[in-house]
Amino acid sequence: MSMPSSDTAIKDKSGIWLDDVSKSFSSPESGTTSVFKNLSIHFEPNELHVVMGSSGCGKSTLGYLLAGFIPPDQGKVGLGKKTVTEPGPERLLVFQETALWPWMTVLENVVFGPKVRGDADIGNIEAAGQKLLAKFGLADFSEKYPDQLSGGMKRRAEIAQALINRPEVMILDEPFRGLDVMTREILQEYYLDLFEETRQTTVFITSELEEALFLADKIYIMGGQPAQILNVIEVDLPRPRNFEVSVSKKYLEYKEQAIQCLFQSDEP
Amino acid sequence: MLKQLQSALNWRGLVAISGFFLTWYLVCALELPGFSEIPNPLEVIQMFVREYALDDHYWLSWVTSFQRVLYGFLLAQLFGIPVGLLFGTNEKFRNLFFPVFELLRPIPPLAWVPMSILFWPTNESSIIFITFIGAFFIIVINVFDGVRDIKREHLWLALSLGAPRRVIFARIMLPSVIPSIAVGMTLGIAITWDVVIAAEMIASDSGLGRLTWEGYVSSTPEVLVIGMISIGLAGYLSTKLVNVIERKMMPWRRGRQ
Repeated sequence: MSMPSSDTAIKDKSGIWLDDVSKSFSSPESGTTSVFKNLSIHFEPNELHVVMGSSGCGKSTLGYLLAGFIPPDQGKVGLGKKTVTEPGPERLLVFQETALWPWMTVLENVVFGPKVRGDADIGNIEAAGQKLLAKFGLADFSEKYPDQLSGGMKRRAEIAQALINRPEVMILDEPFRGLDVMTREILQEYYLDLFEETRQTTVFITSELEEALFLADKIYIMGGQPAQILNVIEVDLPRPRNFEVSVSKKYLEYKEQAIQCLFQSDEP
Repeated sequence: MLKQLQSALNWRGLVAISGFFLTWYLVCALELPGFSEIPNPLEVIQMFVREYALDDHYWLSWVTSFQRVLYGFLLAQLFGIPVGLLFGTNEKFRNLFFPVFELLRPIPPLAWVPMSILFWPTNESSIIFITFIGAFFIIVINVFDGVRDIKREHLWLALSLGAPRRVIFARIMLPSVIPSIAVGMTLGIAITWDVVIAAEMIASDSGLGRLTWEGYVSSTPEVLVIGMISIGLAGYLSTKLVNVIERKMMPWRRGRQ
């Protein structure tokens, strides 16, 4: 099987990747819109990749392609040596707006994956779910329904719902959007701690520069139509990080670099 | 429910209700135009206490109408929910049957009365059929809409977690549709009472609708008013009952913030 690719990184096939992917949507109102044309990205394993761009540039579509919810029109999406053809528990996506099922309790939501797959490795699935919820500060809420939780708690429950399946890749689609600043910062720190502990391959989609700089190993700035990766910024800030990093000289340099790139992407 | 009643019945409400009965009494006592044949509330109450409160025939009318509503309503759920689900999930079924469904849907339930009498062997079965028709179309449309409104994120999440099709149907699709089924039930029970009463007036010798009509035919207008109030009460009680069932169906809605 041959892979029509010039990207050597994709050829060694580790991490999650798109190879020469094109995707367009058509609707009766706006005709055919080409979201991606010949897009190739390789997200290396065990890094926190942040994809950044303005809203409507195709960031969510990228997430859906990686998760296997929608197929590319052309090209390939893959995880390691395998081509992605459908959704699967090894690539889980945390949705922009809450996708917890409102008719199940928080615990039922969290253990749904291992239960329906009959995952024997976990042992007592309920106990594992409880333990994970306790780790996320939700021990007392396991029997509540999602609508009884605050926005920040819902987001934590959703991350737990994905993590219990031990996916190879986590994809987060603007997971903290719509939360108040305090909650948002707490959750960012929370996710960062989690990542630094596990080094789980993560594709984190956001439209917030500060969030991107705080979390990322690499920032992929996306823009244009069809969307391309305009620049990749390697964020070489020390880990473990906390919010003090945001006043360091290096941080401000990265910020300047990113802002310039974003402005350029706005020009026709 | 007691709280609901309390909040609905504050002093303003009591004043309004008293005012209503007082006005009713006055317009009848003064024989304002159109009101000369209408009995005043005291006459109605007297008639009710004297001849109806302990009358088997009267209470049988309640039972008869309730039975018809119940059968029509249950049959409509029994057939309507699966048909709505099939419309929403099975493209072939939808392509085959939805056009016929849309062809029949605009026909008002009461237009089915003569055909129904011709078709069904007994009067009872034809009334139940008409009642069924009244609720059936509403329930199908609501369930169909409910299936179409299922959030794709809810389905995608289940798919990515590895859920097989039957699990997705039972644990994601069905619960998603329950709120739409509940809306269909609320609308369905109301239309069911409408249809039963009209059908009883046209084609039956029993039930609350018939009782009301007899009040008119036999020139005892007090009976007519007793019938109307009974029908209103029966409809109210059925709606309350349906609301209780709906709340049981959606335990996750109870503790909503």
